[in-house]
Amino acid sequence: MSAGLIYAATGCLLFVLGLGGVLLLKALLRRILAFNLMGSGAFLVLVGLAQRDGTPDPVPQAMVLTGIVVAVAATALALTLARRWHALTGRDDIARVRDTGLQIRRKANDRRKAAR
Amino acid sequence: MSPLLDPLAWLILLPLLWATLAFVAADRHGPALALAGIGAQLLCVIALAGDVASHGSNGHLAGGWAEPLGIRLVADGLSLVMLLLTQGVALALALYARSYFSRATPPAFWPLTGFLLAGMNALFLSGDLFNLYVTLELVGLAAVGLVAAGGGAAQIAAALRYLLATLVGSGAYLFGVALIYGSYGTVSASLLGTLITAEAPLAVWLAGGLMLTGLLLKTALLPFHFWLPPAHGGAPAPVSALLSALVVKASFYLFLRLWLGPFAALTEALPGLAQVPAALGAAAILWGSWRAIRADRLKMLVAYSTVAQLGYLFLIFPLLGTGALALQAGILQATAHGLAKAAMFVAAGTLIKVGGSDRVLGVAGAAAHLPVSLFAFALAGVTLMGLPPSGGFLAKWLLIDAALAAGQPWIVVVALSGGLLAGIYVFRVLRLAFRRPTAHDDVPLPQRPAALLEWTAFALAAGSVLIGLGAAPLLALIAGVQP
Repeated sequence: MSAGLIYAATGCLLFVLGLGGVLLLKALLRRILAFNLMGSGAFLVLVGLAQRDGTPDPVPQAMVLTGIVVAVAATALALTLARRWHALTGRDDIARVRDTGLQIRRKANDRRKAAR
Repeated sequence: MSPLLDPLAWLILLPLLWATLAFVAADRHGPALALAGIGAQLLCVIALAGDVASHGSNGHLAGGWAEPLGIRLVADGLSLVMLLLTQGVALALALYARSYFSRATPPAFWPLTGFLLAGMNALFLSGDLFNLYVTLELVGLAAVGLVAAGGGAAQIAAALRYLLATLVGSGAYLFGVALIYGSYGTVSASLLGTLITAEAPLAVWLAGGLMLTGLLLKTALLPFHFWLPPAHGGAPAPVSALLSALVVKASFYLFLRLWLGPFAALTEALPGLAQVPAALGAAAILWGSWRAIRADRLKMLVAYSTVAQLGYLFLIFPLLGTGALALQAGILQATAHGLAKAAMFVAAGTLIKVGGSDRVLGVAGAAAHLPVSLFAFALAGVTLMGLPPSGGFLAKWLLIDAALAAGQPWIVVVALSGGLLAGIYVFRVLRLAFRRPTAHDDVPLPQRPAALLEWTAFALAAGSVLIGLGAAPLLALIAGVQP
């Protein structure tokens, strides 16, 4: 088994682990980390599979660099949103939030306050 | 033509340019920059249309670098129609947004819109799978930013859920690209079309499955629609219109491109495969319409109607082998729905802004004080129901024609019942709007909105109907597409 294949197999494993994490975990921060794991898995497959006769192929390296930039941007956006969500509601998961429910509940609270 | 003046490159550069300027400049310059930029983009598309009509397709190597290092931009009839739709709808929505946000624009609305348009234009023009991944992410991240622009807890939750869905979708796509590059050493869509055969290794089948499923997730086809209604229904009206009319079409376009191009050999080897998107599409039409009929809030009704109408786009896949009809039906449906849904969301936005209630019941009596907006809503409804002479009618007609020719009568049944169900949720709103306000309902008449708010909605809705009358050049453009 060549080194490239080992990298690719590890990449597959990381991707599946990350995918499972994004779909199954509850805490937002863990899900964001899991997304990063997914991305790293895909990058490893890209670099690992593309090795030809022991010499690395430069094109996928450039792709991975681009991919890392995209992943950093996505992570930054996700973290900003997660912080905002935490600041607004004090929660660290979005598992059981019904958007309509939240609004109705808030309106009911407002009405109760107004009645007092 | 000098490469510096190539409209292909400027279609991507212009929105990037004005978005950056809008980010740096003060908020009040945003609308002017956006309108000037989108106007110039529209001119670029028209220039490009001339080229494509005479040559069939048009290519450009970014920076003059040859493939595989360089990025190849290509335009053909299919991408041209999507580009036209995008710039046309964006121009109307920019006008609407300028007046809708007359008091306070959500932070970064104009720059994000520019980046979104740059990503969409690049997506329609890219000919390589990795570049398409980057454009997908650009579109997704800008769209998530726009959903969150409202700033409320519900919007942040919708944005987060949308973000996670879109990241999983593009992650699956990227993994597929990695497997494809590992197998063939290229990501050029046109080269892969000839390289991939029915005897492709398992990794390529896996790649195809992952990429197409990822795109279905981004297009919100049932059962992946869960993120769409809160994101589209909760965002400010101009954003909902942008997302529902254009953004979901971008990932559908890419799905169609991959299906017809690189993965054509795989999808032809397994004819039963095409029934999967069609069956999901049929389920989406029924479920989305049902939820729209039951919706409590007006914008949720429109958002669920998007879930249903997206289903029509996927009904064409079992029919694609039988000729140009099915492809024409799909693209015409995408165009007509894009115009109609933009009109419906902005009309709903005006109704909510003026009426002060976001519930469906809140439109009661709107016929008296908001006739133009309501007329726009109804006209858009005509397209969604598929009544003649609208674009939606012609699209369904072509679809039914293709379904009968291919011997798939169940598609006819689904298409027709979807139109009936659309009739129910559209008339549910119209019936309420024509109800007289009750006697003890002595609320003062709301202030009239700016004329621009009402007439942009009307122009979009009228466009969705008129396209049914003037579809011949559009259909000719699509018929010339060589997948």
